Amino acid sequence: MHASATKGAIAAARPRRRWHWALVLPLGWVTLVAFLAITADWIGLPDPAAQELILRRKPPSAEYLLGTDNLGRDMLSRIIYGARTSLIVGICAPFLGFLVGGAIGISAGYFRGKIDLLAVGFIDVLLAFPALVLALTFTAYLGQSLFNVTLALGILSIPAAARVSRANTLAWANRDFVLAARTIGASNWRILTREILPNLLPPMFAFWLVAISVIIVAEGALSFLGLGIPAPQPSWGGMIADGREALDVAPHTALIPAAVMFATVLSLNFLGDTVRNMVDPRRSAL
Amino acid sequence: MHWLARQMLRLVVVLFCVTLLTFVIVNILPGDIAIVILGTLATPQDIAGLRADLGLDRPMLVRYFDWLGSALTGDLGRSYRNGEPVVQAIVDRLPVSLQLMVMAQVIALGIAIPVALLSVRRPGGIFDRISASAAFGFLAMPNFMLGIVLIYLFSITFDLLPATGFSPMSEGLWENIESMILPSLTLGLIEWTVLMRVLRSDLLTTLKEDFILLARAKGLPQWRVLLQHALRPSSFTLITILGLNIGGLIGGAVIVEQIFALPGVGRLLLGGIFNRDLILVQGTVSFIAAGFVVVNFLVDMLYAVLDPRVRYARFRN
Repeated sequence: MHASATKGAIAAARPRRRWHWALVLPLGWVTLVAFLAITADWIGLPDPAAQELILRRKPPSAEYLLGTDNLGRDMLSRIIYGARTSLIVGICAPFLGFLVGGAIGISAGYFRGKIDLLAVGFIDVLLAFPALVLALTFTAYLGQSLFNVTLALGILSIPAAARVSRANTLAWANRDFVLAARTIGASNWRILTREILPNLLPPMFAFWLVAISVIIVAEGALSFLGLGIPAPQPSWGGMIADGREALDVAPHTALIPAAVMFATVLSLNFLGDTVRNMVDPRRSAL
Repeated sequence: MHWLARQMLRLVVVLFCVTLLTFVIVNILPGDIAIVILGTLATPQDIAGLRADLGLDRPMLVRYFDWLGSALTGDLGRSYRNGEPVVQAIVDRLPVSLQLMVMAQVIALGIAIPVALLSVRRPGGIFDRISASAAFGFLAMPNFMLGIVLIYLFSITFDLLPATGFSPMSEGLWENIESMILPSLTLGLIEWTVLMRVLRSDLLTTLKEDFILLARAKGLPQWRVLLQHALRPSSFTLITILGLNIGGLIGGAVIVEQIFALPGVGRLLLGGIFNRDLILVQGTVSFIAAGFVVVNFLVDMLYAVLDPRVRYARFRN
C-alpha cells in the first residue's frame, strides 16, 4: 500500500514520457556493451592478444575498425574483451560486497546493541583507508589476477553496502508489520529474511547499479597503474595506460578506450540515478 | 567536553586498528622481500639469514608492537631496499602531494562556488541545466582518463604546458606552478562536481529562509543576497564534503602523480609496492590512513565550531 502510493506520487510528479526518452541511449549503450562482452567469442573477432608488429599503431580503417595498438593488436577486439573484464569485475565485486556488507548491515540494524557497535567500528576502520590505497595494497600482495582484483574491490564495497543496508534496516525494523510478525511468534531469522530483506532489495539494487560504475573505474585505475588485470588480458584501464606512451603519434590508442569507458560509466551513472530516484524519492539511500 | 573526549578515544582506536590492519595485509599476504632482494638463485640458507637480519622471522604480532612502539616515537623504520629512513622519504615527498591537493581543491572550489551561485539565481533555468549536465559528465570521467585527455589537449595539441615532470620551487615559482597545473586540473575538474551539487542544494534550502526574504524586502540586489546572506550559512555541508573527499583525493593523487611523474607520496607508495618494500609500504599506508582519519576528525570539529546547532545537539547526547 505504502509502496504503491509512493510510486503513484512519483508518476504524478514527473511526466512519464521523459523517462523513456532519456533512458534509450544509456540503456542501449550498456546493452550493446554487455551483449558484445558476452558473445565476444562467437562474433568472429581476431584474437585480442595476437600481435602484428608491422601493423602497429594503425589508425582506424576498414580492416581494423578501431585501429591497432602499440603491439599491433586489434583495438576493437581488445575493447570488447576489455568490456568483458570490466563487466565481470564490475558485477561480481559489488555482489560480494552486497553479500558480506548486506549481512553485516542487516544484523547491525536489526539486533542493535553490541553487534551494531562492532559493525560500525569495523566499517569505520575500512573507511579510514583511502579506497584506492587499500585496493592497491590488497592486489599488490594477493597477486594480480581477475579473481584477486574482484576480491579486493569486493572487500572495498563492503562498508558502503553495510551502511546502506543498516540504514534501511533501522528504518524498517520498527514498522508495525515487523511487530506483527514477532507477535505471532516468528523467529528472528524469519523476520530478517521474510519481512525485512524484501524491503531492502530495491535500495540495494539501486546501490548496486551505482557501485558497478564505481568499481569499473576502480578496476580501470588499478590496471592503469599496472596492478590490476595481468598484461596480455585486455582491460580498458590497461589499454589507456598503454596508449599513454604513444599519445603524440597514435592518440587513438588511448583516446578510444577512454571514450568507451566514459560512455559506459556515464550510462551506468544515468541508469543508477534513475533507478535510485524511482526507489527512493528522497535520494538518501547513499 | 565529554563528547570531545569520546571522539578522541574513537580516533585512537581507529588509528590502532588501521595500522594493525595494514600490518596484517602487508605481512600475511604472499611476496617475500628476502627473495626479491636476493633474487631467485638464492639458497634457502641465504634467505633465512636475510630474513633473520631484517627481523622477519619473529612472530607478526611481536613485530607489529615493535613497529608501533617506534612509530609512536616518530621512527617508521628504514626501507629494506636502500636503507633510507621511511619518515625521511615521506617528509621529502609530502610537499609535492600537499601542493597538488591544495591546488586541486582551490580549482574545485573556484569552479564550484561561482557555478552554484549562478545556478541558484534561477533554478531550472538554462544555466542551471547546463551546469548540472556538465557536472554529470565530469563525474563520469575517471581521473586517469581525464589526465590523458588533458595531456593530449594542452601538451600535445596546443603545446601550452609540460606533459610530465616536476619543477621544484627552487627552479622558480612559475616553473613550479606550470608543472602542477595539469595534475591539479585533473583532480579539480572532477572534484568540483560534487562540491557544486552539495552547495547548490544547500543554497536552495537557505534561500527559502525568512532572513533571505527580509534581505530581499530591504531591496538588496540579488548578488548581495547570495554572497553576503546565503553563502555562509549554506557552506556547512560543503566543508564536511571537503573533508570526506580527501580520501578520494589521496587515491586520485596516487594516480595523478604516476601519470605526470610527480615525486609525491603516492609514487613513493607505488614504488614500495612494486619493489615489495614491506616496511616502506607499511609506513606510507599507515601515514596516509592516519592523515586521512585525523583530517576527517578535524573537519568534524570544525563543523561543530561553525554551526552552533551541531555543537548543541552533540553536547545533549
